[in-house]
Amino acid sequence: MTEAVHDVRLRVNGVPREVNVPARRLLSDVLRHDLQLTGTHVGCEHGVCGACTVLLDGAPVRSCLLFAVAVDGHEVTTVEGLAEDGEMSAVQRAFENCHGLQCGFCTPGFLTTITAGLRENRNPTRAEAREMIAGNLCRCTGYQNIVKAVLEAAGS
Amino acid sequence: MTDRVFGQPVKRVEDRRMLTGGGQYLDDLGHDALQIAVVRSPYAHARVRDIDVTDALDVDGLVAVYTYEDLIGPMAEPLPLLIPHPALTHGRTQYALANGEVNYAGEAIAMVVASDRYTAEDAAARIVVDYEPLPDVVGVAAARTATHLVHEDVPGNVGANLVQEFGDARAAIQVAPHRLELDLSIERSASTPLEGRGTLARWDEESHRLRVWSSTQTSTGLRAALAAKLELDLVDVEVITPDVGGGFGVKIVHPWPEDLIAAWACRRLRRPVKFTEDRREHFISAAHERGQLHHIEVGFDDEGRVLGLDVRFWHDHGAYTPYGLIVPIITSTQLLGPYKPANYRVEFDSLYTNTVLVTPYRGAGRPQAAFAMERTMDAIAAALGRDRVQVREVNFIQPAEMPYDNHMTFQDGRPLIYDSGDFPATMAKLKKLVGWDEFEGVRTAAHAEGRTVGIGLGCYVEGTGVGPYEGGHVHIETSGKVKVATGLTTQGQGHATVFAQIVADELGVPVEDVEVVTGDTRRFGYAVGTFASRSAVMSGSAIALAARAAKAKALRVAADALEANPDDMEIVNGKVKVKGSPGQEIALGTVAVLSNPLRYAFDKASRSATQFTVGDSGKPPVAEDDEPGLEGRDYYSPPRSTFANGMHAAIVETDPETAEVRILRYCVVHDCGPMINPMIVEGQIHGGVAQGVGGALYERMHYDEHGQLLNASFMDFLMPYVTEVPDGIEIDHLETPTPLNPLGIKGLGEAGVIPVSAVLAAAIEDAEGIPIRSMPISPSDLWELRRAHRDTATEGND
Repeated sequence: MTEAVHDVRLRVNGVPREVNVPARRLLSDVLRHDLQLTGTHVGCEHGVCGACTVLLDGAPVRSCLLFAVAVDGHEVTTVEGLAEDGEMSAVQRAFENCHGLQCGFCTPGFLTTITAGLRENRNPTRAEAREMIAGNLCRCTGYQNIVKAVLEAAGS
Repeated sequence: MTDRVFGQPVKRVEDRRMLTGGGQYLDDLGHDALQIAVVRSPYAHARVRDIDVTDALDVDGLVAVYTYEDLIGPMAEPLPLLIPHPALTHGRTQYALANGEVNYAGEAIAMVVASDRYTAEDAAARIVVDYEPLPDVVGVAAARTATHLVHEDVPGNVGANLVQEFGDARAAIQVAPHRLELDLSIERSASTPLEGRGTLARWDEESHRLRVWSSTQTSTGLRAALAAKLELDLVDVEVITPDVGGGFGVKIVHPWPEDLIAAWACRRLRRPVKFTEDRREHFISAAHERGQLHHIEVGFDDEGRVLGLDVRFWHDHGAYTPYGLIVPIITSTQLLGPYKPANYRVEFDSLYTNTVLVTPYRGAGRPQAAFAMERTMDAIAAALGRDRVQVREVNFIQPAEMPYDNHMTFQDGRPLIYDSGDFPATMAKLKKLVGWDEFEGVRTAAHAEGRTVGIGLGCYVEGTGVGPYEGGHVHIETSGKVKVATGLTTQGQGHATVFAQIVADELGVPVEDVEVVTGDTRRFGYAVGTFASRSAVMSGSAIALAARAAKAKALRVAADALEANPDDMEIVNGKVKVKGSPGQEIALGTVAVLSNPLRYAFDKASRSATQFTVGDSGKPPVAEDDEPGLEGRDYYSPPRSTFANGMHAAIVETDPETAEVRILRYCVVHDCGPMINPMIVEGQIHGGVAQGVGGALYERMHYDEHGQLLNASFMDFLMPYVTEVPDGIEIDHLETPTPLNPLGIKGLGEAGVIPVSAVLAAAIEDAEGIPIRSMPISPSDLWELRRAHRDTATEGND
């Protein structure tokens, strides 16, 4: 009983990658275990917590709800791809400044979500900042400082 | 002097790594490891008649299947009962793999080891178990009735019964001018960290050594348990806690069945083995807390002074009792809060049910305690028509009465003696912060707009920093960098930052030069763990003492070199100086070189420390009472816990149609003594309050009568998103130091969650005019309460 495998070519953080995986293998598992980009975390495996959020062609998606074969030919950005030339992005810096993370497990999903959110809306109001992160769960921070970080990143 | 960093909002040293994807959580490790999948019981109570693994054997990539029959020696015995207590007369723990009977849906029956998790789950799905279902006991009511038993040999489903009393509460209530009775209940919730449990085990046959990485709150505890179960010497077992994605209590339990099987299997298979828990597994096979029913009788005078308080409660501890009676003991003692009832009696039964086991979740019995006590205070105020604050104030322990002996025994077996706190001052701050005295104006204005609002408040005292001890090791390297280790673990509290702040001040070095390692038994072997808001108090104190020891030696060695008196010296910005003599100084790294007499020079710096260059040739290079190197190691072991406290208030609005509850304002006044890092303190409070809001309004473990957990996913278990927590949590602090430790600090981690159910129940009751006796409360619950209240009013009874 050998499982059929498929070639999947994708660009991850600007780098062309190729994996050979079964059809049922999740994008989150390919990123984490096949490509060893473990910054993307898995908190619920059913698309509710948002920890596994990555950018697919720039748009936030739940990598635990996607099969890797379904993103063949696409561009994926993970938390490892947010910094440029070793410099943290405005969103990452704002999280550091505002104490927007505690255990750090949900953080990569917030960072990718907010990165995409601020591209769409550069100057969110406080209500819009809350709305922007309203699909991600955090158990540590009570969200107060994450909202603060969104507004700081938007202002920078 | 180097600027003091204790008390400063220093940015966390952990963050850059975690923000760039460089965190190292359990499942980020061991890409080469085999993976475990677990066959779990679908029945809450059943006999296991047969396990047929035949079909699983055909799965490609399967490596091994283990059932109870494979276990021998200590592995075949029940898991340890970690905290025994004389009152726990019928303690029971599960087996690593079910031994003929399962007592909750989710209990591990077989473990599959395979090339990856997909394959392991394929094989697990092919294992056929023949069950004989037994009657299920679910909930406190069924446990008390005891028509059916969880364990055949535990009569009445009662694991423990414990009474504590001072004075004669029942007699005092009998003769009190006023009396009340209340029934108050809190439902189950759970820690639910974003990262589940996990273990990676590697066996090195050549060195005969087991190395385990675990997402645990106690690496030393797990190490000892693994050594005992696997019959290994302690020196042959290392446990390392990598980054942990939240704990909140649940990860203190050890060893989990999966820890044992991973470690045991990796040794048998000579290959690394990993278990990474999924979300459903976390709901049905980790641990829950909070489920308790309380009956309260109270007698009081015309001012609301409590003359007698008699509390009877029933604690649902689930199927097993690995963590003893910690939760109900905490409820029964911390129920007193900041008050001094003249007479108090508390009795609890700790009951078995066919549900997931119960161990501490942030707050650990205190949210229930605060709910019981604060609802009682509000009921007294309502009965007397007095202000709720005034009733509390007449019952407060006064600052002049500290230390205050409550004449009870706390969860650590030590006397319940409050060491510090100023409750009237805390209340004054809270009243001002929330605008207590102005609220009637707010209410009237809201009414004019057709809106319904209410205000509530709640107080708590929290025993923090329980013993027995923690230790710290401070090592000044020849580079001048300072390496610090402590044995307890970290799950997001920012220990690497706050401990570095402490050491930087104690030693007089820049905070950037201090690197802290926690939870690695290779670096520090003696430790207890991270729970009970104890890390800053325990390890912070131990590390401060260790740094002082290192500093004393640095001054001594430098004084020798500079021919000065150590008492005249200080360390500023990493340099040891003679006070008032500019130029007379020596870098701390050089002092480290000099502290270790060498035979061999390995670099330029070490040349100055070889035996031809230093020391008196007439004396031993290392004096009899000295040791080489610039290090300090010390332990902190307090006589008893230190007690932090706080008070919260909230203003809520209830929707007249949908019965939705919206929190308009949430205010916190907290006293954890001097704050090491106020930014981290506030972050801890924010997180605690959010968990409290979850427990008060959204989260419950929805078991059906057969012990099936119907909402075992984040889809159905309503953990708050940002949309459910208040926009802004207003915080004020009081900093009354404790005399019990060298830094005067008190614990903080759990505080935010403790009074939230009490506070929100009070605010909803105030808004609605309907007694709130049970939490959490959903819009449907409130809607039903309104209907019942209307019906009762229509019938004209009370």
